[in-house]
Parts: sequence; structure tokens; C-alpha cells
Amino acid sequence: MRPSIQVNDSEKHEGPAKLKIWWLVVAILAAGTVVALGLILGPASLGVREVLVEMLDRLPYIDTDSGLSAREQAIVWEIRLPRVVLGLLVGSMLATAGASYQGVFRNPLADPYLLGVAAGAGFGATVAIVSGLGDGIGTFDAVPMLAFAGALIAVTLTYLVGFSAGRIDPVTSLVLAGVAVASFFTAVQTFVQQRDSETIRQVYFFVLGQLRTAGWDEVVLVSPYVGPCLLILLLLRRRLDVLGVGDEEAGSLGVDVRLVRLTAVLAASLGTAAVVAVSGLIGFVGIIVPHTIRLIFGFSYRVILPLTVLFGGAFLVGADLVARLTLEPAEIPIGVVTAFLGAPFFVIVLRTSRRL
Amino acid sequence: METISCRSLRVNFGVTEVLRGINLEVPKGGWTTIVGPNGSGKTTLLRAIAGLQKSQGLIQINGHALGAYSRKEVAKQIAIVPQQPVIPHGMKVLDYVLLGRTSHLGFFETEKKSDIEKAHSALDELDVGFAESRTMGTLSGGEIQRVVVARALTQGSPVLLLDEPTTALDIGHQQEMLEAVDGLRQRRDLTVLATMHDLTLAGQYADSLILLERGEAVASGTPQEVLTEEQVTQHYGASIKVIDDGFGPIVTPVRRKTNLPE
Repeated sequence: MRPSIQVNDSEKHEGPAKLKIWWLVVAILAAGTVVALGLILGPASLGVREVLVEMLDRLPYIDTDSGLSAREQAIVWEIRLPRVVLGLLVGSMLATAGASYQGVFRNPLADPYLLGVAAGAGFGATVAIVSGLGDGIGTFDAVPMLAFAGALIAVTLTYLVGFSAGRIDPVTSLVLAGVAVASFFTAVQTFVQQRDSETIRQVYFFVLGQLRTAGWDEVVLVSPYVGPCLLILLLLRRRLDVLGVGDEEAGSLGVDVRLVRLTAVLAASLGTAAVVAVSGLIGFVGIIVPHTIRLIFGFSYRVILPLTVLFGGAFLVGADLVARLTLEPAEIPIGVVTAFLGAPFFVIVLRTSRRL
Repeated sequence: METISCRSLRVNFGVTEVLRGINLEVPKGGWTTIVGPNGSGKTTLLRAIAGLQKSQGLIQINGHALGAYSRKEVAKQIAIVPQQPVIPHGMKVLDYVLLGRTSHLGFFETEKKSDIEKAHSALDELDVGFAESRTMGTLSGGEIQRVVVARALTQGSPVLLLDEPTTALDIGHQQEMLEAVDGLRQRRDLTVLATMHDLTLAGQYADSLILLERGEAVASGTPQEVLTEEQVTQHYGASIKVIDDGFGPIVTPVRRKTNLPE
């Protein structure tokens, strides 16, 4: 045997990729901090201590008095907390869906809107707004419902077209089908919108994304989708690592590639459709958060996915704070904030990362 | 008992017959190499035996029909080293090798200590243990090939399929690679089925050869029986000489006199 050149013999071996406890602690602290800030900061100034005591008061077996007035309590419980919780759910879902798509499609540019979810939701929302249903049918808010329906129809169409076109490899045909379906829905949406120019502003706000809440309705609406979808994607994290070696090799290692891909894509698409329905098209989160985590913490989905859930939520709640506070009392669309803050931050991480 | 056995194996790509009527027996612990000109169906035969390519006819692994195994069970029986493996550049070498344990893990399971030990011992056996914390993208061609074999070894399967294991390597690394595989075969009692282009190396390491041409097995037997001047000239359309130095036939190209400059 020829001697091999051992450049760095003293290199420390770290063992297999594993989520380190202190990474989780950092992520939880980050999420906790932005949640606390989200409750404290706003047009009505509330004390840090009072808000924290108020939170404690609601825990079982703890009975204290925060000193907040009934109105201030309502601000915390009915205005700020639902919005923060919605931010956590939407941010976690978009970021995790993005990370999963990147794994399943082996494409770093894949984002949650890849398969037509955004265009379908935009179309649904536009139809709802233009047809004058924007104020709701009875007690139902029509915009999220039609947006959700539009998103699901678009993704279903993408699957049907993608899987029926078997001539090229399944991944490429699915992505190309997504491009075709998205273009089609965007065209129809633009057509519908042009015929009713008075509602352009409303449609425009949906497209830019926003975290507006009316009490807990939105949270109740998306939780049943986001919760199970996140859980499914987290359970697939080791399988996503195996997909990194390509379909054929993953198959030869004993993985049912089609099943894993279908499950991951369905969970990511369903969750994305649900959050898009209530928050509009918040861009960037699905790309920036997973890539930042990848660059800092490593390339295994066993590490990326759990951290993405936490940091994705924290990032969006933080972005929402900036959106709410910068031009107070006016709001900047949150999609503008995510791109404005996320892009430079990502460039810094990209430049300083030594993992590439 | 034969570890790998094929009877009347056929593969069609649409209307094109890529393999027809292949019969093949590889005894337990043996090393058989498939040789043949470009496009003769070597890789297709290997992929069919690994269950990655639809085929007609009978393939038996350890006495059971290939179709009777689930995907996971096939992975426990057969490990394959592809000709051009997909390399996830950001992945650490140890994590990459541990992918070999996938078929042994339940859906919710992660690698246990014993799995990690198996990966370590495979890396050490292939002399790439020093690289375990490096990322795949930082390895040289020779190191990558060894790491891919280490992953296949970590699978713990009794059958090892190698698709052109030496194509990307220089002559020294080719020999190192084949010596390493032969060592593993003897120590771990593996059954090896490979495809190769270099006839001399093929003959020196395998105990039997199969010569494919246009999807048919046109010769099989010991290297001495298959690598004759007559057969290689006929099936490869090549001008060669075969020299026997006692360790197996050496097939060397000879320039045709008619093409020499005057």
C-alpha cells in the first residue's frame, strides 16, 4: 500500500451528524426572545415585567396579578399573542417546506412556491377579492379559503402533469410542470385582476404578504395543517439525507424513493398552501433560513430540519416586528422586510462560512 | 450454492433488446468480472442483478428469486458501487458511509453505536479513516472511490457489485483499489461481481470472466479461456497480443501494420 498523505492527522473526529443540545438551546432562546419582544413592543407600550407576569398568570397552578388593565390584557391576549403565534407557524412552515423541497429536488434554489402554490393562492385570493367576497361570506373570510383552494388546485395539477410526463426523470418533469402551472395561474390571475382595477391594491397587499390577525381565527385555521405537516417532514429527515445520493443509489440503499418524495412534497405543499392562505405570499423565508442554517450548522437534514422549524418561526416573528415598528403606525409589507433583512444577512453568512 | 444465479435473463429498452438469454452463476466467495466492448450491456446486467433495472427471466440471490425480496431486503443482500456515484459535496465522509446502514434502521431509528463502529471499520479497512470528518467535496478521486466502497461495505451485504471500479483512477490506484477489494472479499467472504474495461486487470483479479457482445454472453470461463487472441480480436475488433506471465493473461494493444506511417 502506498503511503497516503495525511494532511491533518490531528484533526478531531466529531462523529456522525447530530443535533447538539446547545444548538437547540440557542434556537429556543432566539425564538423566545423575539416572542417576548413581539408581546412587549407596539403602539401601546407595556412593561416587560407586567407582560411576563401576565403570561405566567395563565399557566396552571400559578395565580399572580400582572397589574395590566383589562384593555392591556386584551392587547396581549387578543392582538399581539395571536400575531406572534401566527408568525411562528407561518415562518416555521415556509422555512421547513423550503428545506424539504431543496432536499427532495436536490436543488438549492427550490422554495416552497416551486410547484405553483403561490400562483394558485394568488389566483384564488384575486377571485375572492374581485368578486367582492373580500369582506367575507357571513362569518367566513373568503380570501384565505379561495387562496387555499387555489393553491391546492395548482399543486395537484402540477403533480398530475409532472407524474404523467414520464419521458424525462421524475424530478425534472415535476419542476417543469410547476413552472408551467405557475405561469398559467399567474396569467389567469393577471387577467382577472386587470378587469377590475379598483381592487388592485387589495390584491397587491396579498401578494406582498402580511401577518394580519383577527384574534385567534387564523391560528386556529392553519394549526391543523401546519402541526402534522411539520411533524411528517421532521420524521423524514434521515431519508432526506439518503436522497442526497440520487434516486438510484438511494433505492439501492433500501429507500422507497418515490414514497419518500411523494410524502415530503405533499406535506410541504399542504402546509405551505395553508399558511399562504392566511399570510399571503411572504417570499424568501423558505430559501434564506435553511441555507443560513446549512452554512452555520452543517449539511445534514437531521440537523437542518429541527433548527429550521425553530429559526424559521423566530425569523418571521422578528421580521414582523420590524414591519410593525419601523413606520409606526403604518406597516411595511412583511415580504419586503424578509427580503431586505434576509438578503444582506445571507450574503454575510455566505462570505464568512468556511464550510463551502 | 451459487450466490448469484441468472437464467435466460432479458432486458428491453423499448423495442431494443439490450440483454438476451444471459445465464450466469457466481459461487459464494467468488469474483466474476463482466467484460465486453462499449454498449455490450455490462452495466445493464449489473443493474438488473441489483434490482435497479426491470428484466425478464430468473435472477436468484442466495437461492431466492430477486423479486421475492423487498427493497430493504435486496439492500441487505446486495451492495452496489456505481460507476459515477452522486456525491453530496457538503456531506461529511462518516455521514456518507453511514448511509450504508439505512436498510438496517427502522423508520424512526438513528444509527446506533454498533452502526458507527461498522462505518469506522470499513473506512479503516480502505485506509480512508483519516478523512472521516472531512466533507465529500474535499476528497480526491481515489479517496472518493474508496469511501464509496466503504459505504457499500457498511451495508453488510454478502454480495458486492462494482461497476467499472477503476475507470477514473491512474494505474497505481487501479491496482490498489482491486487489491483492496480482493482483500475484503477474502476477509469478509464476499461474492464479487464487477464490470471492467481493462482486460488485463480483469483477468488478474477475477476467477471467472463473462464476455458480452451486443447483449449476449459470447464466452465465459477462466481468464485463460476467455482472453484468447482470437476471441478478443473477434469481439472487440481490436488488434492485440496476449502474453501469459503465469498470473493471468496480459492483453496488450498492437498497432495494425496497415495503419503504420510509411
